Amino acid sequence: MSSLSLAVRDSSTMLRRNLLHARRYPSMTLNLLLTPVVLLLLFVYIFGDVMSAGISGGGADRSAYIAYLVPGILMLTIGGTTIGSAVSVSMDMTEGIIARFRTMAIHRGSVLIGHVVGSVLQCVMSVVLVGAVAVAIGFRSTDATALEWILAVGLLALVSLALTWIAVGMGLSSPNAEAASNNAMPLMVLPLLSSAFVPVHAMPGWFQPIAEYQPFTPAIETLRGLLLGTEIGNNGWLAVVWCVALAVLGYTWSRSLFNNTGKH
Amino acid sequence: MPSSVMTTSRSGDGRQPSAAVSTVGLRKSYGDKTVLDGIDLHIPTGTVFALLGPNGAGKTTAVQILSTLISADGGQAQVAGHDLATSPDGVRAAIGVTGQFSAVDGLITGEENMLLMADLHHLPKREGRRVAAELLERFDLTDAAKKPASTYSGGMKRRLDIAMTLVGNPRIIFLDEPTTGLDPRARHNMWGIIRELVSDGVTVFLTTQYLDEADELADRIAVLNDGRIAAEGSAEELKRLIPGGHIRLRFTDPDVYRSAALSLREAHRDDEALALQIPSDGSQRELRSILDWLDSVGIEADELTVHTPDLDDVFFALTGGAGVPTQPNQPKEEAR
Repeated sequence: MSSLSLAVRDSSTMLRRNLLHARRYPSMTLNLLLTPVVLLLLFVYIFGDVMSAGISGGGADRSAYIAYLVPGILMLTIGGTTIGSAVSVSMDMTEGIIARFRTMAIHRGSVLIGHVVGSVLQCVMSVVLVGAVAVAIGFRSTDATALEWILAVGLLALVSLALTWIAVGMGLSSPNAEAASNNAMPLMVLPLLSSAFVPVHAMPGWFQPIAEYQPFTPAIETLRGLLLGTEIGNNGWLAVVWCVALAVLGYTWSRSLFNNTGKH
Repeated sequence: MPSSVMTTSRSGDGRQPSAAVSTVGLRKSYGDKTVLDGIDLHIPTGTVFALLGPNGAGKTTAVQILSTLISADGGQAQVAGHDLATSPDGVRAAIGVTGQFSAVDGLITGEENMLLMADLHHLPKREGRRVAAELLERFDLTDAAKKPASTYSGGMKRRLDIAMTLVGNPRIIFLDEPTTGLDPRARHNMWGIIRELVSDGVTVFLTTQYLDEADELADRIAVLNDGRIAAEGSAEELKRLIPGGHIRLRFTDPDVYRSAALSLREAHRDDEALALQIPSDGSQRELRSILDWLDSVGIEADELTVHTPDLDDVFFALTGGAGVPTQPNQPKEEAR
């Protein structure tokens, strides 16, 4: 068997194993879904009137704020789902079966690839579920073309991939599940500090650089542009560069952590 | 026949090509703590080899190196004809490993664990199902097959673990302390399983801290102590290293003891316990002649025990454990 088909075969076996875990124990995935849904409902129905006054110069109504909010909530959903990936990777590494995998003639990276692909699929599912809630409470895209929809889905998948590799590294470097959950917290906190809820220019001046120069803001602005027709500008390629850089960083980091475990 | 002479002489002058595991000068240290300090092993195919040693002797490290989990700092090792350093995947394809801590996926069922192994060994779907069902049956796990492995008892987990190890038909199986933590019944079941493996022609490399286990299962035993092989051989050979066999006569009356000691000059005296030890291999004939002789000189002991050397004597003598008898002539009756 060639090394590529070996890699594909073993990775898809590992993927099936991870999907089985997720299906057998859905509570963590569902818990992580709760946060974005609660935030969505909270900001729309409780804070909605005040928040909508803060965007587009005060003239906007609640439905305009829903439109503004949803792209950020979708990115936050991905961040939250990948926290779950960090936790499940760290839990998995404490299992004796990982040592067994290491003594088998299987593709070396298949364990991690299985986790990553499984996590990306879970992110996509979570985004679909949260997106459905958003549509149910009145979110509509404005005149997005088929190409823009495809690009939007691609962007969400790319962000998922990048954040998952970072989360896998966080999971591998954490000694236990609690530590993994804490270490991966930035994946959920960063979107809160981005342009997800209010525009960057409405934030205090000293804080604006923090919101501006982090991966979530350009990704959210790009998604907004694709779905709602707002100005994308530099944010498109900034988002792609951020994602590729994070994915490469997370991949390299995870790979060296995984290969060095147990070797001294 | 000349040809058979040829092969015998060829295999006699060095490492046999049929060795399942052979190592030369294997070394490993963590920081400045040396765990393995030059291990030479030669394990013929189809035999059971036991690496015996106290906790911390380096047994698990040896298994981890030979099963490609960690790399050695020095020395050479070949497993199933593949060099560990240059062809780890060749080694991995030939071995099965059951570690000290159960290597099952607790989140999925026993059956799913087996099918996972079948997939990773690239068995066709149908054959994978057949092999999984057969092994579950063989290890008495069919009833529990649909339950999550995390709900299994210690013995069941260990059986599932070995069943998973067998999915790929490994030629060499490493078992790291396979019975540690098992109750006596599960332990005896495990021994039965290991014997069955050997009858299938598999080579078994097993580590244990139980002497009776090594005695019971292994063709050859190496005693590992402080990172070195202190002794190697069959259980019988090892027992012969320690001249511990004797007949022990114990007296209650000090006067009788003293007079007996005077007439039995070759006996080892234990004045405190009022006991005499006469070296003996414990055979029936020798026992009878000693008894006859005791009768003829009119010595009547209050208690007579026959002590044959067991692996305990060997083990304690070789590993020099503190607080345990290291003098071969010191009595030690109980066999655990």
